[in-house]
Amino acid sequence: MTEMSGADMVVQALVDLGVDTVFGYPGGAVLPIYDALFKHPTIKHILVRHEQAATHAAEGYARSTGKPGVVLVTSGPGATNAVTGITDALLDSIPMVVLTGQVPTTLIGTDAFQECDTVGITRHCTKHNYLVMDPDRLGPILHEAFYIATHGRPGPVVIDIPKNVQVATGTYSIPNRIDHKSYRPQVDPDADAIAQAVAMIAASERPIFYTGGGVINAGPDASAALRQLVELTGAPVTSTLMGLGAFPADDDKWLGMLGMHGTYEANMAMNRADLIIAVGARFDDRVTGRLDAFSPNSKKIHIDIDRSSINKIVPVDLAVVGDAGRALDALIAAWADKGHKARDLGEWWRRLDGWRATRCLDFPEKKEDAAEIMPQRAVKALFDATRGMDPIITTEVGQHQMWAAQHFHFDSPNRWLTSGGLGTMGYGFPAAVGAQIAHPDRLVICIAGEASLQMNIQEMGTVAQYRLPVKIFILNNQWMGMVRQWQELTYESRYSNSYSDSLPDFVKLADAYGWTGLRIDTLGELADGIQTMINTPGPVIVDCRVAQLANCFPMIPSGAAHTDMILQPNDIVGTMDDEAKALV
Amino acid sequence: MKIHTEAGERHVLAVTVDNEAGILAKITGLFSARGYNIESLTVADISADHALSRITIVTSGPPAVIDQIIAQLDRLVPVHSVTDLADGGAHVEREIALVKVAGSGDKRIEALRMADVFRAKVVDTTLSSFIFEITGTSDKVDRFIALMRECGLVEVGRTGVVAIARGSEAV
Ligand SMILES: Cc1ncc(C[n+]2csc(CCOP(=O)(O)OP(=O)(O)O)c2C)c(N)n1
Ligand SMILES: [Mg+2]
Repeated sequence: MTEMSGADMVVQALVDLGVDTVFGYPGGAVLPIYDALFKHPTIKHILVRHEQAATHAAEGYARSTGKPGVVLVTSGPGATNAVTGITDALLDSIPMVVLTGQVPTTLIGTDAFQECDTVGITRHCTKHNYLVMDPDRLGPILHEAFYIATHGRPGPVVIDIPKNVQVATGTYSIPNRIDHKSYRPQVDPDADAIAQAVAMIAASERPIFYTGGGVINAGPDASAALRQLVELTGAPVTSTLMGLGAFPADDDKWLGMLGMHGTYEANMAMNRADLIIAVGARFDDRVTGRLDAFSPNSKKIHIDIDRSSINKIVPVDLAVVGDAGRALDALIAAWADKGHKARDLGEWWRRLDGWRATRCLDFPEKKEDAAEIMPQRAVKALFDATRGMDPIITTEVGQHQMWAAQHFHFDSPNRWLTSGGLGTMGYGFPAAVGAQIAHPDRLVICIAGEASLQMNIQEMGTVAQYRLPVKIFILNNQWMGMVRQWQELTYESRYSNSYSDSLPDFVKLADAYGWTGLRIDTLGELADGIQTMINTPGPVIVDCRVAQLANCFPMIPSGAAHTDMILQPNDIVGTMDDEAKALV
Repeated sequence: MKIHTEAGERHVLAVTVDNEAGILAKITGLFSARGYNIESLTVADISADHALSRITIVTSGPPAVIDQIIAQLDRLVPVHSVTDLADGGAHVEREIALVKVAGSGDKRIEALRMADVFRAKVVDTTLSSFIFEITGTSDKVDRFIALMRECGLVEVGRTGVVAIARGSEAV
């Protein structure tokens, strides 16, 4: 065991943990670690332009690879700027380790320059956090932090490292095996629960799989297991926003996304099912709609690695605590063991097909070349043009995000990166940066809203610096469309502060950063414009002007039940009662 | 529009945690962030090597909320175990209060007489005051304090509840 500085230990630990990329921004309290990273042979440091972007880039890296994202920021403003992305990672269960510099231990608590109570501020937006007071603890804490970030339900871990702890020397040690004293997530499902679950599935006449981000987090094998179990049982599948890609969208068992902007068939199926098999999904309010009307006649099985997610919102009949992949494997094995055959679900499928026949994602549009582009059409065109290229799609937050979820389809996990739980505008572009760093040769496209994009638009500099071929496709409706849509639904179209005024000229902005910029105005230009974007090497920003006042349907208005979807714009009522207004 | 709240029942939770900096803030912060009630909370180091603390929390809520509280506490990284003492059947609960009463004449004599009935000890006295130490369930302490209000109560300090399950098993 050699004596080394705390900063060297941090870097050594990152190397030992297999970290190849760190997203960060320097400052006084992390200079020792930055010095230790100087010209490092294996760890690549990506210099962002704002710490929030470092966290979202780390999320994009993590979500597209399955590996933890790593962030390095300075004390005070560096740490506070990172808080949004840390919270985002907590709500979407993204494995992330954030190293923050801190003022020297001797100055903690004195309101020193760039001091903030980082562990205090991040206590409730991290899975766990540490303040390291002794360099000898750095090795064990870093290793433990990665363990905690990646095991059980993944999440962000913050390690706050005072500057003198980075400079002081000590011995670097690695725990042989992380055998945490108190943190022992249950990954293997209980065999009795699995047996019961299989019996319930076999007995069900109207089953549905309701899957979420947990299936993605459990790795590609879990997605494969899901497909196999669906095949065995013949049941339909719907998924949350976070779970898209775990099940192939071109499969005839796929009903599309459920929830507020989910499909009619998925929501009706949830409502009429006699058995819901929830896998790695958490009955979020965007999914359930009005709770007392949520799937009233079903039995519910909930498979989740986080016991606190079970019975939190919707009481279930059978809880299965464990890793989604292992639970699915166990269900498949138990199904075969019992010799179950897929039941005849013909009657159920006839009803499902009936709901499908509403074609709820259809939208009105004009077809001539000079027509304005419907945003849904733009997403569809983007999907068609990139078929077979296996693109990674990120989104910002708003209508465009929902249109992307509805009209862009995925066949595999880890291709769909979006901010679900926190709904963070400003997530999508830096997440695309992170995904592109992890996959330099893949086509990475951020489907953006013109308002959201401006929240982290400074990252155009990062993209230019690292020559990343990121594509930004703006569905530019010149509105905070989602806000405007709610104002139409709830506040009789009083458009309080939802107009995107004084927009920059995105094409000129592209030019200013050394990107390629192009603008698409009409339907006739759409296909060519997308082709140009794809064929242009390097980063491209596309300012795609779309119909300004289009709204996103179908929609379950807040406070309504799954069966009360608004399917078309003319179903809209102009006001709501206070109970509904008070819902988020 | 009115905001509705649900009635709940009282539960006593025994939580064993790593004795690390910030743990109490983590636990109390969880309660405030998720809108759970804390009626009382006590904490002290309980292991010979000072590695573990036991936190006793008195909370209230409908059964589903109590379940959530337990699950949420249990998933905090430094938490070793969470036990709902009401769940395991019988348990013993105690709380200590120090109660200062000032006055003279009949009130003073009455205070002393009632302290005797409640088996409160006199731990300090001056010519015009007593400090009583009373131990018991929170109910008993409440009742004693209520009576002392009539006898010149000037100050109260309470520890909050500590509790432990009956029988030979540990939590
Ligand atoms: C950081 C942040 N602030 C505010 C919001 C609330 N919000 C949700 S969608 C939205 C408008 C987004 O506008 P734009 O990016 O243009 O997308 P559009 O809905 O027009 O597609 C706003 C303000 C949010 N989600 N995140
Ligand atoms: Mg917009």
